[in-house]
Amino acid sequence: MTTVAATRPAPTARTGTHTAGRPHRSERRAGALLTAPFFVIYLVFLIGPLLVGVVLSFFNTTTVKDGLGEFVGLSNYSEVIGDPQFWDAMWHSVLFTLLTTPPLVILAMAAAILASRVRRGRVFYRLAFFAPYVVPSSIVALIFLWMYTPQIGLIPKIFGAVGLPVPDFIGSTSGGWTAVTLMTLWWTFGFNFVLYTAAIQDVPSDVYEAAAIDGAGPWQQIRHITVPMLGRTTSLVLILQILASLKVFDQIYLLLGGGPDQSTRPVIEYIYDTGFTSYRGGYGAAATMVYFVVIVVISAAWYGLRRRRATRTAA
Amino acid sequence: MSGAMARRRLLALGGGLALTGGLAACSSPLASGLTGSQPNTADVIFWNLFTGGDGANMVAMEDRFRKAHPDTSVEATVLGWGNPYYTKLALATASGTPPDVGVAHLSRLPLLAASGLLEPIEQTGLGELGVTADKFTPAAWRKATVDGTVYAVPLDTHPFVLYYNVDLARRAGLLDSGGSLVRLEGADDFIAAVKAMKTAGGAQYGAVMSITADPSTAWRCFSMIYSGLAGPVVTDSGTTIALDDEAVQETVAFLQRLTGGGLMPGNLNGSGANALFSTGKAGFLFDGEWQIPSYRQVKGLRFDVVPFPALLGPKPVAYADSHALVVPRNTARSDTRTRNAALFIKGLLDNSAVWAEGGHIPAWLPTQRGRAFLDLSPQRHYVQAAFDAQYDPEAWYTGAGSDFQNVVGGTITEALAGRITPKGAAPALRADLERFTTARPPVTMK
Repeated sequence: MTTVAATRPAPTARTGTHTAGRPHRSERRAGALLTAPFFVIYLVFLIGPLLVGVVLSFFNTTTVKDGLGEFVGLSNYSEVIGDPQFWDAMWHSVLFTLLTTPPLVILAMAAAILASRVRRGRVFYRLAFFAPYVVPSSIVALIFLWMYTPQIGLIPKIFGAVGLPVPDFIGSTSGGWTAVTLMTLWWTFGFNFVLYTAAIQDVPSDVYEAAAIDGAGPWQQIRHITVPMLGRTTSLVLILQILASLKVFDQIYLLLGGGPDQSTRPVIEYIYDTGFTSYRGGYGAAATMVYFVVIVVISAAWYGLRRRRATRTAA
Repeated sequence: MSGAMARRRLLALGGGLALTGGLAACSSPLASGLTGSQPNTADVIFWNLFTGGDGANMVAMEDRFRKAHPDTSVEATVLGWGNPYYTKLALATASGTPPDVGVAHLSRLPLLAASGLLEPIEQTGLGELGVTADKFTPAAWRKATVDGTVYAVPLDTHPFVLYYNVDLARRAGLLDSGGSLVRLEGADDFIAAVKAMKTAGGAQYGAVMSITADPSTAWRCFSMIYSGLAGPVVTDSGTTIALDDEAVQETVAFLQRLTGGGLMPGNLNGSGANALFSTGKAGFLFDGEWQIPSYRQVKGLRFDVVPFPALLGPKPVAYADSHALVVPRNTARSDTRTRNAALFIKGLLDNSAVWAEGGHIPAWLPTQRGRAFLDLSPQRHYVQAAFDAQYDPEAWYTGAGSDFQNVVGGTITEALAGRITPKGAAPALRADLERFTTARPPVTMK
């Protein structure tokens, strides 16, 4: 993921019997062989299950019985699409994305820029910001649950001690969203931070030098050099973050159980609840397909938008 | 060219090695797993879902069986509680490689039986070993029966019970001359007792219960009180809603008398309830008896456990579930293996006093009436709850860890927190139930 490719030495043209651009037959075969393990895994664990899922979604398949069960046509789909609970869950996943994506991108960028400008202890800051990301979700949820616990938790106690009204972090919908957003921020922002840190190191130092000679202060350098130079990284971070946030499950499941009264249940938990807990595998598969289509549409739209913008700036 | 040859030969050699390795491993569980045959690594293969204190007790019972039957080997596998366990049990049975003995919640039995996953107990030879209806808590045995056929051997009954802090109760004047909780009768009596814990006893709260983010506990509490007034919330194997709106209103109004007046916090979660009761800041605790071992470890906490008194109805009701032993159906199982399985189940029943240390009431009457169990306190104080047990309604979607408990309990949680009025509770519950009664059942039930 290089932001400024021009700073890298261009690969020297290879000398050989074969013409440039078209690798030799044996090399092509080696390439195919080397990628074969990946393709096999991709087929067996991604394409295969996806196709099985498509088939299942047309049957009343259950996890307590052998085989596919009876064929039910499109009725699983019509039930999914007609279930307000499903659309509530979809909205919760989208809401979570809206709540978490902007701070996760902006804060990560800000922290990465600041950490890169620190003179001493740069490694410490980088480590400190990234460290929470490697903690498993179950442990993060356990720790935060203790801090949020009503009556006895650290955060409600602090609110009470300074005389503020104590929000019901796990028991109310708004409190639940606040709790899960804050926890996710602390926990996952390290990943975007690392992407930005890597991109910042790719910004050539002579640009800063030139700016400094022209009398640009640190703030102007950040605004007019660092941030624009990070543009490509930002769009990558943004799409990665949107897709990751749409796939939310563990934080909400572990911290709130999708509650109170399913008011924060994300769509993946809906699929889990119907497909596994209620044994309705076929129905769960249909819900997954609807969700899958939505994700693909969002990614495709984003990709198209980026390409159009890229061609426009190139023109 | 010769380089390519050498590489090819090396690859062939590697492949050959891998193949011989695979063949040699044919007798291993891994290979038999890949070929889909049952790995008969022991005479009895036993699956359960117990970890923690229950897990340790179960291991002790297995060890006792091994000691008594040195010729019969037992291999026990512990799987994750709830869905992970039931999914694996169902899929293993459906694909013809089930364990010989498994554990199941009786509340989950209707669906497992309707799916044809279980061997009727009559055909396992347990009857010849003396395992018969008259030796079990009647309520548990009834729940183990689906459509006239018994599919499970109940191991215990684990009810929702009333914990109380002995020191606070004494100060509140709630103890009789024998040092146990006075007889409470009816809602007013009960609320007065909770109030006394707070005012005279000096507790921060009269009672606590895990409410926030804990819909199952909310459902257990609601179901217990509601069942004193009306029958199951759904009937006809879960296809018809039979909700009694007045009973719902009365039940929720009662619960809100507790949470609305500051007697009981309406927004407390499991760890909060645990902390408040452990530190003597709450007089009563509403919870399952399975929490007893964890409170036993609290230094300086003196508590006792009793069944809930009759609250709204004329008779006390105990919301309960049971762990039971099942023999998953396997057409390829030999008679010898079935006999061993029966022997093992009998062995667990005989040793179920060990099991009772986890708080559970043994369903096997010879143990329940035996010295070893009657020496256990507070376990012996709430045995009656097993006889007043009220289980989840019979349907494909109910039971321990089910989405049903999650959804319906979610609404009760809202009511306990005061966000739903007693009048508004019945329509909300009806909407919840409709989601299940109108959904296409994964299996047809009678």
